[in-house]
Amino acid sequence: MSQTQFAVKPARPWKLTIRSLIPDILGALFTVFGSLAIVAVTPLKGKLGFALVLITLAIITATTVSWLRKDRKAAMNSRTTVLVYIAAAFVIIPLTSILYEVVRLGTAGFSLRIFTEDMSVTASETDLSEGGLLHAVIGTAYIVFFATVLSTPIGVLTALYIVEVKGRFAGLVRFFVQAMSGVPSIVAGLFIFAFWMIQMGNAYSGIAGAFALTVLMIPTVARTSEEVLKLIPQDLREAGLALGATQWRTVATVVIPAAKSGLVTAIILGIARVVGETAPLLVTIGGADAVNLNPLDGNMSAFPMYVWKNLLIGSPNAISRAWLGLFVLMVLVLIFFAMARYFSSARRRSA
Amino acid sequence: MSNQDNPATTNDREESMSQVTGSQASNTKDRNANSRPISSHSLADVANARLSKVGTPNISSTGLEARGIHAWFGSKHVLEDISLDFFTGTVTALIGPSGCGKSTFIRILNRMHEFIPTAALAGQVILDGKDVYDSGVDVTKIRLKVGMVFQKPNPFPSMTIKENVLSGLKLAQLKIENADELLESCLRRAGLWDEVKDRLNEYGGALSGGQQQRLCIARSLAVNPQVLLMDEPCSALDPGSTLRIEETIRELSATMSIVIVTHNMQQAARVSDYTGFFLSDGGPGRLIESGSTNDIFTNPKEKRTEDYVSGRFG
Repeated sequence: MSQTQFAVKPARPWKLTIRSLIPDILGALFTVFGSLAIVAVTPLKGKLGFALVLITLAIITATTVSWLRKDRKAAMNSRTTVLVYIAAAFVIIPLTSILYEVVRLGTAGFSLRIFTEDMSVTASETDLSEGGLLHAVIGTAYIVFFATVLSTPIGVLTALYIVEVKGRFAGLVRFFVQAMSGVPSIVAGLFIFAFWMIQMGNAYSGIAGAFALTVLMIPTVARTSEEVLKLIPQDLREAGLALGATQWRTVATVVIPAAKSGLVTAIILGIARVVGETAPLLVTIGGADAVNLNPLDGNMSAFPMYVWKNLLIGSPNAISRAWLGLFVLMVLVLIFFAMARYFSSARRRSA
Repeated sequence: MSNQDNPATTNDREESMSQVTGSQASNTKDRNANSRPISSHSLADVANARLSKVGTPNISSTGLEARGIHAWFGSKHVLEDISLDFFTGTVTALIGPSGCGKSTFIRILNRMHEFIPTAALAGQVILDGKDVYDSGVDVTKIRLKVGMVFQKPNPFPSMTIKENVLSGLKLAQLKIENADELLESCLRRAGLWDEVKDRLNEYGGALSGGQQQRLCIARSLAVNPQVLLMDEPCSALDPGSTLRIEETIRELSATMSIVIVTHNMQQAARVSDYTGFFLSDGGPGRLIESGSTNDIFTNPKEKRTEDYVSGRFG
């Protein structure tokens, strides 16, 4: 036994060796230098010209190399592989570029002090060592908290109606939820503006913004919850009912606990959907420079509001403040998405 | 394994093994003795062996009766005029080819049939003298009395083994004095206690398929049903687990009425006192023949039953 263990080493014969990769490497080098040469001698100038030439040349080279080495099938495979990589690059490059810009410009004025000060005594144009965005943090926290508290029960119960109750109007409700998820966010803001503020005579407040975000958040929560509940096997519901439970009891004791982490994910995705919304807040919370601890009354600020306001002012320091707001907001959204990922993978682990 | 701790179980298993192997030996003997159809002999011998071991069942009362049951899905007539009695203290096996309505029939017995939106029904299911389909009957009480074990093991994934067993109490909102005692007795009756007694707080999904199915049996026992319906409980399990579940069925049948749907005729012969043979000739499923398991496998009255149990079709 020990002898064979000595002699036999784990190997990966399917792995490509350096030797077999040589034509591919040569092809890649040819593509890059060929593109540079073409850009140098032809009127196709600039980054865009280079990208166009590079893509075209990469497809041609990959296809030709494969065709010469193997056959037509391999050539078609290589061509598709290159196209897929190009598509991936089209997604990744702009995304990393945005991230890079936000981090580069946003971290300039970053210090922990910005979480303790507001802009009530500081003008946007002043140096970044003064003022902060505490009012935006508090405003966004209030607005998102109330929007979550309002939309979670409505969204989850809507999903339960569609999946569990399967009532007569399930199809209709489902249609409206889908239609709602396509509503432009400004429409949600204007709806609250027209109904809650003009009709009912309320002033700008944090809660009005929360109402507007609730309208946007319900369809996200409802649709994601619906998908999660649909994944619960019918077997479990039948097992619950066969033990003498009522339908509500089965849903509460069997279905919801089984879907719990998925439902948490649904709520977090809903929060991530609305936390960066600007348009509905513009018409509902009014904007403020000072911390407002009362969400029910008085002008309120929020991250998107803060960014928008500072961008409009347009002086270099104000624009830096806008970038700073964007950076902090993006980190917040990143945290929410990371949490969503964590909870959804926790579900897979326990299943 | 549990068997070391429980000599009775070990003996039981050896006996049921010898039933299977012994039947083949006597099969050869019988073939030489007279010229009856060959393949029906092994099953008949299994049924005979069981009868000689457990004796004629002691019929205490008629627990559950189906009276003239018809069933439809939409406009499709799937069951026609099924009447069958199930006695307390006995095991009734329902056999027949796929699609002949066996599962539909047992789902009618505990009112699970009505969950299919297009389902319709005629006839009566009498439990303790009352029709379970009478208006005003509390359907949750019926399902407490008539428990069910499904084809695929389906322990609740969000609950531990302990919570799974006791979930019936929580679901039906029953109060009991000593939960731990009930937990142990249910797991013991389902033949799972020795395997899980040290891991009651693990999730049910961590068990093997056969253990999960016994956990599901323990779960349905916790609410103390009079009747236990089993819809092909062993079809997804390996032979060892199947044998354990058959032992469990045998032990449970002393105190309750068990109805088991199975495609495994050896299993029907091994575990049941009575057998009903369902068949559909393209139209609705009918109960072709029912009677003691011994009669169905040794001396069927109907040609079609004989053909089916001897493996000539289906």
